[in-house]
Amino acid sequence: MAHAQQLLSEDLAQITTDVPLSRGLGRSYGDSSLPADGDPLVAGSVLADRILAFDPDSGILRAEAGLSLREMVRLFLPRGYFTPVSPGTQFVTLGGMVASDIHGKGHHRDGCFGQHVTSLRMRVADGRIVDCSAIKERDLFRATVGGMGLTGHILEVSVRLKRVPSPWIAFESVRLPNIDAYVAALKEASATWPQTVGFIDCTKSGRHLGRGILIKGRWAEPNEAPAYTPAPRRERTVPFDLPSGLVNPLTVKLFNTMTYWKHFALVRRGIIHPETYFYPLDQVLHWNRAYGKRGFTQYQCVLPNEGGTDAVRRFLELLLARKAASPVCVIKDCGAEGLGLLSFPRPGISVAIDFAVNRGTQALVDALNEFVIKEGGRIYLAKDAFTRQEHYRAMEPRLPQWEAIRRKWDPERKLRSHQSVRVLGDPPVGVRARESETAEANGPIVSATPRSFPA
Amino acid sequence: MKVVLLGATKGMGRALARNLVSPPGGDPAGKPRRPKLEESKVEKPQIDLFLLGRDETDLARSARDLEVRGGRPVNSVGSAVCDLAKPDTFGPALDAAQRALGGIEVVVVTAGLFATQEKLEADPAFTARMLDANFTGTVLFCEEARKRLLARGGGTLCVFSSVAGERGRKPVILYGAAKAGLSHYLEGLDHKFRASGLKVITVKPGFVKTAMTAGLPVPPFAGDPDRVASLVLAAIERGAPVVYAPRIWGLIMLVIRQLPRFVMRKLNF
Repeated sequence: MAHAQQLLSEDLAQITTDVPLSRGLGRSYGDSSLPADGDPLVAGSVLADRILAFDPDSGILRAEAGLSLREMVRLFLPRGYFTPVSPGTQFVTLGGMVASDIHGKGHHRDGCFGQHVTSLRMRVADGRIVDCSAIKERDLFRATVGGMGLTGHILEVSVRLKRVPSPWIAFESVRLPNIDAYVAALKEASATWPQTVGFIDCTKSGRHLGRGILIKGRWAEPNEAPAYTPAPRRERTVPFDLPSGLVNPLTVKLFNTMTYWKHFALVRRGIIHPETYFYPLDQVLHWNRAYGKRGFTQYQCVLPNEGGTDAVRRFLELLLARKAASPVCVIKDCGAEGLGLLSFPRPGISVAIDFAVNRGTQALVDALNEFVIKEGGRIYLAKDAFTRQEHYRAMEPRLPQWEAIRRKWDPERKLRSHQSVRVLGDPPVGVRARESETAEANGPIVSATPRSFPA
Repeated sequence: MKVVLLGATKGMGRALARNLVSPPGGDPAGKPRRPKLEESKVEKPQIDLFLLGRDETDLARSARDLEVRGGRPVNSVGSAVCDLAKPDTFGPALDAAQRALGGIEVVVVTAGLFATQEKLEADPAFTARMLDANFTGTVLFCEEARKRLLARGGGTLCVFSSVAGERGRKPVILYGAAKAGLSHYLEGLDHKFRASGLKVITVKPGFVKTAMTAGLPVPPFAGDPDRVASLVLAAIERGAPVVYAPRIWGLIMLVIRQLPRFVMRKLNF
């Protein structure tokens, strides 16, 4: 793959004038923050991280798109505010949270991040700077929320933060013997708890299939929480790439069994640090290095409620049959669809797994996608690196509506990413260059071949 | 503490200003993070900031950022336009700061221009601007600041020079020349006025990951702006005349300064 350069400046408006893509902290597991093959530049937003205004009464925060969630939590949690929706990592920017329309453990109650965004300032494809919101330029707003950065560069974000009674989390976790018990407990918990999440052991089959731990949480009331603000956690780090084969079916099985039995009591309750609750993986920096040089990919899909527990069971059986060993399998509840036209969540059960990348990965993702299409579900673009265009189109009936809005704002598809070439069929750079006359004289910059994996 | 910052909208200056209003481990809302008995009783003095820089809108955005981060009322951080290329802006800008803060105790200069040696060689016009801002402009600004600080009986003048000014080196000949001159001036200033209460602090950053160095190959021991900010603030408190940031660059430059010329000619460092 050709190397692209990331432009970095405090002045995001300036560096986004003529680049096809901007990116934040680059932590999405897929290729949505990577430029298309042959695109030499991408604008980095992380230095544009100024807070422009904060109103304690309404909780509305306006900031430049590069502000990280980590910084937001550090500054506002002690004052009694928290992000309305939190993903599983703090290493994400405001712009990234909008572009992926992130969801969290409270989706059944709070919806996606985009529902709490009051306005956006963007640089659109023709170079203009445009403000949009659920009222103003509504189409652009709905296409941008969850639009993976393809409708324009997000420069500024206004979002309504949530007031919390204390900066601590009260939790209750339950050990459950199989997937039926797990899903039933998850649905029941969602009715009463604002935050629910859990992980299951997807290496077990038979009557232990999908055994796991369900964690329910809510913000602690002042009278049950410690009187002081939690200090930021100390982080450990994986200093270098570990050998590639380290995450294999055997170690995964061992790891899963250990995490399951670590929760020996059937039910646990307590008050915990919000970072431990929301961002367990952030405590080990560069944990991805445990997968070695070849890396890993994640697969997240939502299976509609209509399929019930049965759909989840069949999904797990498919994984087992394909010997896809995932060290972490997270199962969450999804509520109603949000306003983002390409937002991931819909009513159903979300399943996220990750696995080491190898020669069989493409075939595995294809098989999972075919299953998801049959179930009427869909995948999460922020985590996707392997889905084929025909599969994505089959699972996303809202795509034509989104594409129509994109055509209006960016008819030439100037804005694009490695992912949009793969999943939406944007013309690769070489093709575009041949189409334009000036480039004809200079020849294509780089011949772009889509990544191919032996199927 | 009443602090004037020139160049706080970007890079290390921004990190420094943020550290002043909301220290990384600390709590901007003023509640103790951990109820340690003595610690929570120590009252930190209020730090008032005034920003100087080239662009009015940009200054205002940074001022709002610092206010929110520090949990302060809107418009409590003031700003005025001051451009290192325009010496006639120095006096009025510092006077505005003095009026707004009711006196100045610390002046920090992080502003400056940078380009790689190749770019400077290819663009004499920019080289002239760079030399002018990094040396002439900065020195004249320091002269104005020095007079005001001495008039009130001293204070701290903290200026960002660079390790590039330590020795003539191939990748930073032109930029290093301006910084060498600046370091020299600052050293002399410290010698002359320390007894009168003026502490002059020369900060010599090594490679620090900011927008200025984006796109350059990252050498070992590269620092990050937040870490540099904490080191510089500690130096301001101690009154240390020279700060290398990250610290390891002090050791690296110690070695570089000893190298004979025939070795330096062979090195590309």
